Amino acid sequence: MIIQFELNGRLIKADTDPGTTLLEYLRGVELYSVKHGCDHGECGACTVLMNSKSVNACLILMHAVGGKKIETLESFSTHEQLHEIQESFLQAGAVQCGFCTPGMLLSVEALDRENGEVTEAKVKDALNGNLCRCTGYVKPVEAALKVLKKNQEVSK
Amino acid sequence: MKIIGKDTQRIDGESLVRGKPVFTDDMKLKDILQVKILHSPIAHARILNINTTQAEALDGVVAVFTHKDFKPHYYTTAGQGYPEPGPRDMRILDSTVRYVGDRVAFVAAESLEIAQQALNLIEVEYEELPCIFDVQKSMTAGFALHPSEGTSGIHDINKNIAAHLDAELGDVDTALKESAYVFEGTYSTPFVQMAHIEPHISLTWLDNDNRLVIRTSTQVPHHVRRIVAEVLDIPIARIRVIKPRIGGGFGGKQEILNEEVVGAVSLKTGRPARIEYTREEELLAARVRHPELVTFKLGFDKNHLMTAIDLDILEDCGAYGPHALTVMSVTSQKALSMYKAPNIRVNGDGVYTNLPIAGAFRGYGAPQAFFPLESLMDEVAEKLDVDPIDLRQKNVFQVGDDVPIAKILGEGREGFPMVLYSTEIAACLNEGRQLSNWDTLRSTKQSGRYRTGIGVAVAGQGSGIPGIDMGAAFIKMNEDASFNLLVGATDLGTGSDTALAQIAAEVLNVGIEKIIVYSSDTDMTPFDTGAYASSTTYISGTAVLKAAEQCKSMILEQGKKLLQVDEAQIVDTDVVAADGSKISYADICMKSFYTEEQLQIMGTASHLSYDSPPPFNATFAEVEVDTLTGTTRVVKVVSVTDAGQIINPKMAEGQVEGAIPQSLGMALTEFMPFDSKGRMLNLDFNSYHIYTAKDMPELVIRFADSHEPTGPYGAKAVAEIPTSAPAPAVTNAIYNAVGVRVRHLPVQPEQILAEMNLK
Repeated sequence: MIIQFELNGRLIKADTDPGTTLLEYLRGVELYSVKHGCDHGECGACTVLMNSKSVNACLILMHAVGGKKIETLESFSTHEQLHEIQESFLQAGAVQCGFCTPGMLLSVEALDRENGEVTEAKVKDALNGNLCRCTGYVKPVEAALKVLKKNQEVSK
Repeated sequence: MKIIGKDTQRIDGESLVRGKPVFTDDMKLKDILQVKILHSPIAHARILNINTTQAEALDGVVAVFTHKDFKPHYYTTAGQGYPEPGPRDMRILDSTVRYVGDRVAFVAAESLEIAQQALNLIEVEYEELPCIFDVQKSMTAGFALHPSEGTSGIHDINKNIAAHLDAELGDVDTALKESAYVFEGTYSTPFVQMAHIEPHISLTWLDNDNRLVIRTSTQVPHHVRRIVAEVLDIPIARIRVIKPRIGGGFGGKQEILNEEVVGAVSLKTGRPARIEYTREEELLAARVRHPELVTFKLGFDKNHLMTAIDLDILEDCGAYGPHALTVMSVTSQKALSMYKAPNIRVNGDGVYTNLPIAGAFRGYGAPQAFFPLESLMDEVAEKLDVDPIDLRQKNVFQVGDDVPIAKILGEGREGFPMVLYSTEIAACLNEGRQLSNWDTLRSTKQSGRYRTGIGVAVAGQGSGIPGIDMGAAFIKMNEDASFNLLVGATDLGTGSDTALAQIAAEVLNVGIEKIIVYSSDTDMTPFDTGAYASSTTYISGTAVLKAAEQCKSMILEQGKKLLQVDEAQIVDTDVVAADGSKISYADICMKSFYTEEQLQIMGTASHLSYDSPPPFNATFAEVEVDTLTGTTRVVKVVSVTDAGQIINPKMAEGQVEGAIPQSLGMALTEFMPFDSKGRMLNLDFNSYHIYTAKDMPELVIRFADSHEPTGPYGAKAVAEIPTSAPAPAVTNAIYNAVGVRVRHLPVQPEQILAEMNLK
């Protein structure tokens, strides 16, 4: 079955089984920032953006992707420059093993795109679906708050 | 110091925030086979018959392996040094299964789906055998879980005792008899899952020289090479183990988990092969923390000084005994290295059951020591009517003290004498007392539905295994005064590559961007026992320091030759002679490569230490107990650590911040219930609950000003030390809040409700 959707800014016509998960598809096309951690939407390592909302790619079947806009971490930075959320995580020391990091970054980006008021509780809510066994979430929350608050100031 | 003690950005940080393909599975191999394991649905059974005909006939199945395909050979999956201190009690595939999850067979197929279908087509006829799910019953069950033929190193096969240890210093019985006060308590710690987010994953292929390449998520690449060579009966020279980035390990990847399985597939078929545990398999059939049932007897004189410690350990190894002896041995070493009692004794048995296999988990027996010890210390303080902090301050080991247990209990053999050259545990307790608002909270009168309480606990760990852990490093210089640092040390997400680069940069007077780290690859990097036992900064770090010093003295020698002087010194990155003439690092290397006095400037060094200086930690937990539901919420944790000189403050903080929720999980949220047949009931992250962002309490992390004279730039270890004290600090806080003494983890709200004693 041919499924048309936008992937990292490019229109894709994917010839794929509609029952393939988005996670399998994305790793199959070598977008390796999307991680495989649990298959059940519990760990958040496969988080991607679908129409700017964070979703677990392991729970999305390809037939549901038609017409949607999918973004993975690969589209975030240019060769020269990191995305500001990536930069903030790096500066804060929010990365340890780095396996859950792509998912966390996308959850924070999804929150940023909501343009709502930024609070620590909202950041923790946004990251609650991203399990991490290394950091205790302290520095990721700190990094997210810092960049989101800055963006909020700018937009005011 | 220019670089040590500063927040250098992680050298691998940018690739990780970019989501670069740096992990084991982030690559495609042509014609790769997918490998799946058939796990036993029964806790204890003999395989009478196993029929693979239908599975083999399935289109796309390339190979099916059962115990018939392997000669009986017993080994241990523990990634430890050689000879391994634990029993050799496991086969790659066996005709008996010993826990729900044990290997029955494995299949290699063209796709995961086909491999999974093939598993369903394997017909197995089991003869069910009686099961043992209780350590105490195991020793008297009257039947052995393991055979005597072929196995080795099992302490007492007939009693199912995998490992035993006993030791005594002084005369504990007499000392207890003569003590003014004697206190006793029995406590237990449970099975706990590692829960690294990257599952176990290994890829194998045969290279152009027909050598077996194993790309695997491991903490112990050199042990993987040695053990796989042994199990598959091929020379070590034919194996190359590559460790890419690791997505967390915590000890779970200090195990040869599936490397021998996937290696067997590539050797038999000549094709690349891949095995990845699903989350369900990870929770069912990887490794877990050893539960321990521990009894402490503590004697005190009339001045509240400890006179004797009597320690009794019953450890549940699960079905096999990797780490059986050494985890229990660490429990006793750490418990008996905290407080200065002239008479100490330990008696421990590590016992087999038909439950999941316990392995190495961060802390490695120390959390099992400090939950009991620090709970009992809290009880003692109350009974003696003294402040719990003051009681600890009075009894902890001091600088200059001999710590005698270290000599009698080593890693499966006699240890080495130990003198404490650094401890700031007193300062940690004092600072924590202030930061946690201890005195106010302890004296606050409580009322209403939610009761708050505060508790304290201390802990100690080690820095590497003395006389055993060896790490090596190789540094070579390039024309632009950059340096390649090749280490066998294994960064599993801790940031050790960065810490080691900082040490090299500090020695060589260069910026950290000049150090290019490569770790670890058995073809390319020198030997290192691996990332465990809090050894990397202390052991591998000292190897790096020595190699860098060697490299630096070679730079100086070359500089003097090129300047044609007898005396000179290094100033920044120049070699400067007395007459003011100088030559830069870069010029020295350029000339050394191409024009004059030609050679490679390099350094190589190994390090082994007979010292293992303990880092210390004091943790204060503030909790809120809901007296209506019996549930506990941790409000704030203050953790103050003496880890010697901190190499990188942000990374060290990160270690503590990550360790705390692991310990809080063990105390409060992580349960491993089994049904009556030994089947684990919660095989996913929904029902096995590790801490999430919203569960986290406020954390206050501090490090004591400390310097360890035997460590690189004064450093001790930081990886494991923060993971022991939070759990007992929480249960002590629960007692402070509602008067319920929790002696068995995890905390059960039912117990709180039943025993609440509200004042």
